[in-house]
Amino acid sequence: MMAGEGSAAKPRGGRLCTICNGRRAALKRPKTLEQICRECFYEVFEDEIHRVIVDNHLFKRGERVAIGASGGKDSTVLAYVLSELNNRHDYGLDLFLLSVDEGITGYRDDSLETVKRNEIQYGLPLKVVSYKELYGWTMDEIVKLIGLKNNCTFCGVFRRQALDRGATLLKVDKLVTGHNADDIAETVLLNILRGDIARLSRCTSITTGEDGPIPRCKPFKYTYEKEIVIYPYLNMLFTYAYFKKLDYFSTECIYSPNAYRGFAREFIKDLERIRPRAILDIIQSGEDFRISTFTKMPEQGNCERCGYISSQKWCKACVLLEGLNRGLPKMGIGRTRVLDNERDKDTRQTNGTKSIESKQCGTLDF
Amino acid sequence: MQLTLEFGGGLELLCNSVKIHTVDVEPKAEEKKLTMKHLLSWVHTNLIKERPEMFLKGDTVRPGVLVLINDCDWELSGQLDTVLEDKDVVVFISTLHGG
Repeated sequence: MMAGEGSAAKPRGGRLCTICNGRRAALKRPKTLEQICRECFYEVFEDEIHRVIVDNHLFKRGERVAIGASGGKDSTVLAYVLSELNNRHDYGLDLFLLSVDEGITGYRDDSLETVKRNEIQYGLPLKVVSYKELYGWTMDEIVKLIGLKNNCTFCGVFRRQALDRGATLLKVDKLVTGHNADDIAETVLLNILRGDIARLSRCTSITTGEDGPIPRCKPFKYTYEKEIVIYPYLNMLFTYAYFKKLDYFSTECIYSPNAYRGFAREFIKDLERIRPRAILDIIQSGEDFRISTFTKMPEQGNCERCGYISSQKWCKACVLLEGLNRGLPKMGIGRTRVLDNERDKDTRQTNGTKSIESKQCGTLDF
Repeated sequence: MQLTLEFGGGLELLCNSVKIHTVDVEPKAEEKKLTMKHLLSWVHTNLIKERPEMFLKGDTVRPGVLVLINDCDWELSGQLDTVLEDKDVVVFISTLHGG
């Protein structure tokens, strides 16, 4: 039972909703600073996502779409809202839930239970792909071998591929993820801090990988985390008992949290407190970056071993896996000078401009 | 004064993994009213068992922690200056954990 159920206590502050002017405001929108009531909130929240989907042509009628579902707040709300909008506006989509089981006892097994509940609640078929079946290793086994340092590298690289492979198994046309505006602003900053021009140029795109087998899109690109988190609490179309069903899993990964990203995240939250629009403005800045044509971009090819997209001879997952299987788990961790040098040579040999044109950022220019 | 406090989004881990706490909090002796400012320091002293920096920063909640008072965003009721009443329900939700 939620704490608010049956609460007779009256709300503080008597301001009226600036949209309907009739009901008491329940929330201050970070995006617009409007003070609005819960009814108007879920209406504008869902409508804005609908507009983003329509204006950006995210889907076509009849498409099969997988929702990357971790059991966390973003993907849980995304699965709920997308299946609602699909019915309400008749998108004609076949929706699926796709989860990755990294094999982390006490963390992922619990959050997968949440996804399994979502499968029943929203009536969306669920597919779970595991690191064990894809790579032969669980994260528990990897951590046992390499310790708590760098294990996030393995997990991140493996997860990205696992989602693509799961999407292929489901034969879907698209994969949607729950990345929200705060996440994207954070990623823009991280890519600037790392000097990762290639990622900087594509991290703000609402759809990526259109040239690849399975495009990915982010319907929450303009949705503030605050609103996603508050949505299940305020959505009074349903009783609180129902809300409990829109439950999500919110325990931090038991293996080392990503400290560098954590700093960027906290910085974004500090900025938001001072000026909430900063989040959308950072995204805008990321979008408006123009990459000089003289910048060498990694050339996208395919992994010689597994066929996955890769700018190297072998994709990162295959390099990491080779290290694990040969008992050299440090392989592929950190900057590998030799590989970088080889890549530079390759880029120099192939015509620089040509390789830029094949990139998404190739059309960007001064 | 009786209050119901709910911790979500991972904050419950800071208070023995208990999400809902029914508590009795009295205003400071020299003040007649119980404000959110006082409640936060009361929570820090009485409920938070570990990593208080995940919950508080300075004299207020850490950025990224949402506060609802009777299902209403505390940004509308004056944040730290909000005056609480008997039977109020205060919800703290962290947005800092994974998505």
